[in-house]
Amino acid sequence: MAHAARPAGGQPGTPGDSVTTPGLTGGPPATGPRAHPKTVLEAAEINRALTRIAHEIIERTRGAEQVVLLGIPTRGVPLAGRMAARITQVEGRPVPHGSLDITMYRDDLRLRPARRLGPTQVPAEGIDGKTVVLVDDVLYSGRTVRAALDALNDLGRPLAVQLAVLVDRGHRELPIRADYVGKNLPTSQQEVVRVLLSETDGEDAVLLEPVGAAARPSRGGTTGRRR
Amino acid sequence: MNRHLISAADLSKQDALLILDTAEELARVADRPIKKLPTLRGRTVVNLFFEDSTRTRISFEAAAKRLSADVINFAVKGSSVAKGESLKDTALTLEAMGADAVVVRHSASGAPQRLAGWVRGSVINAGDGAHEHPTQALLDAFTIRRRFGRGGGEALDGLRVTIVGDVLHSRVARSNVWLLHLLGAEVTLVAPPTLVPVAMDDWPCSVSYDLDATLSKSDVIMMLRIQQERMNAAYFPSVREYSRRYGLDTARLRQLPEDAIVMHPGPMNRGVEIAAEVADSHRSTIVEQVANGVSVRMAVLYLLLGGLEAAQ
Repeated sequence: MAHAARPAGGQPGTPGDSVTTPGLTGGPPATGPRAHPKTVLEAAEINRALTRIAHEIIERTRGAEQVVLLGIPTRGVPLAGRMAARITQVEGRPVPHGSLDITMYRDDLRLRPARRLGPTQVPAEGIDGKTVVLVDDVLYSGRTVRAALDALNDLGRPLAVQLAVLVDRGHRELPIRADYVGKNLPTSQQEVVRVLLSETDGEDAVLLEPVGAAARPSRGGTTGRRR
Repeated sequence: MNRHLISAADLSKQDALLILDTAEELARVADRPIKKLPTLRGRTVVNLFFEDSTRTRISFEAAAKRLSADVINFAVKGSSVAKGESLKDTALTLEAMGADAVVVRHSASGAPQRLAGWVRGSVINAGDGAHEHPTQALLDAFTIRRRFGRGGGEALDGLRVTIVGDVLHSRVARSNVWLLHLLGAEVTLVAPPTLVPVAMDDWPCSVSYDLDATLSKSDVIMMLRIQQERMNAAYFPSVREYSRRYGLDTARLRQLPEDAIVMHPGPMNRGVEIAAEVADSHRSTIVEQVANGVSVRMAVLYLLLGGLEAAQ
């Protein structure tokens, strides 16, 4: 799981691109009329990745005693909840988790109409002196994480901040890296990574599709071109 | 969302719920050690108040500052308006200063509407004559929704709201009738016949002259201030008589349903439309309304100014 499938040739943008790319799962890709979404992680793989990340968090933080997991809406929130549940299973005590909305801290607010805010729910014990693990579904430009760091700054002073993501798709625009990665997924900027979670979308899957496919009624969180 | 907020009647149900849901998230900022968000950094909000107001102006000022906007308070006393400058010239001055939003209160109904045609920024109506005061209605709806334990996305369906008092001069009543109806509440206006507007056939509410008869059928009772400053005729024989027939005292409070709440947009005339004990009781939401006002106005400023500058 730690090894990423490299898109064959990696030519960006050609519609056939995602078809020639070997699917990790081997399962038949769900096909639309024009778009070719390819499943890069199935439910079982997402599960395993989260379990592994939970163990890594415990290891790296010596038992996760002072850890607070904060998910970034929308799909970081259920991911944080699942990781907290797994840590609880292993360590036998509850791990505080919540959500951190970064909308008001974005650097691209003026590029789009005002967005709906997501929930911010910080556990009652706060974040001062804790190790905060930020949880998001996809790490892409790093701008979301930059905004999250600013948001954290207004909430308190954690001892340390770490980052856990389900998918790292590359193309960073800021000096930011993840501490825990479910899957490294080299992508072209012409592609869209779509994360589906049972809590928000009724099923667990990570799909990769050409950017044009995002024009369809979207389901799942996407990271695509924003510039 | 429109670019301006002139009237509650212009809002769609979707817009109204978006504002309330956004306010719900922004209310949490008040509980944080740093009560500030960077969202409107570099934006300028002008408070243009042609009428006296403390709480509304301060509320808008606090809201804009919590979003990091720069606030310019344009008080009419001491300004060139006192020297006879027209509304249009004032607007052009604000335009030249680069105001991204103008929060305007004016004694003439329709002044914000006129202003919206002259400035490029967003115009937010903070009360115009006896016309509308949309942010007050939004904060009232927000307070009601919270008190009745309804969460994000939920409207006010099935709640019975009674608005009592000087409806004729009240922009608060007008905005509330439209907004609360839009959100599914059932609105009843109660006032002496002299304080009921003449042309209100198209208002989505019922009218009663008898407060005692409506008490037991009210989940929310909103008392309006007797606006002496706007009264140019004898609308009722005496303040005492008004208070006896339309004031909310402890005896009337007891006739309300168990979980009913008492609201007042402020400033109160204690002992006239509302008894002091009622205003201070646990049923009263008057202090909450002030706190909620900041959250709701933050939501309005964010939704109007926080995104892409609207093309139209």
